[in-house]
Amino acid sequence: MILARVIGTVVSTNKEPKIKGIKFLLVEKINPLTMQGEKDYLVAMDAVGAGKGEIVFYVAGSSARMAKVIDGRPSDAAIISIVDSIEVDGKYTYQKDDIN
Amino acid sequence: MLFAKVIGTVVSEKSDEGIKNNKLLLVQQCNHRGSLKQKYFVAVDLVGAGKGEVVIISQGSSSRQTELTFQKPIDAVIIGIVDIISENNKEVYCKYK
Repeated sequence: MILARVIGTVVSTNKEPKIKGIKFLLVEKINPLTMQGEKDYLVAMDAVGAGKGEIVFYVAGSSARMAKVIDGRPSDAAIISIVDSIEVDGKYTYQKDDIN
Repeated sequence: MLFAKVIGTVVSEKSDEGIKNNKLLLVQQCNHRGSLKQKYFVAVDLVGAGKGEVVIISQGSSSRQTELTFQKPIDAVIIGIVDIISENNKEVYCKYK
């Protein structure tokens, strides 16, 4: 699972019928120590209701289809979790503001 | 499988039900001599690994082949904690040094 930041949405009208009703998000991979973007982008299907600016992690490959919402759909990347905090060396490198 | 070092933990309240109740660790990939690469990912811990330990990571669909991760949305699991790595009969990594 790779940590990434949601930076936007992707809209598509003409698409494979199986992926109708699924939200597509544009995510940028991040470095978990600095929380800076790594300029590496991809489109992932959203399984948890993530929003712009949130830190998430996505699951790639055939495992993406094991998420409940994504099951049976042609996906190779699914956002399965919205991150609350990341701790490295006893210090929080990231804390979602509404948990305190 | 590849080697990685445990560098931190990740906490998430809102997640797919398939990965709830799992310990999520932040790991940094390293080579067999323990030198770190700038590649980070989140892995599910199956063996009780702790910070600073070098572990073995299984990736992709193989990571779903255990009892705890069967048919769950997981693509990286920690399957072992490394004690010793030897290369050409020489010890290149030892946990207890």
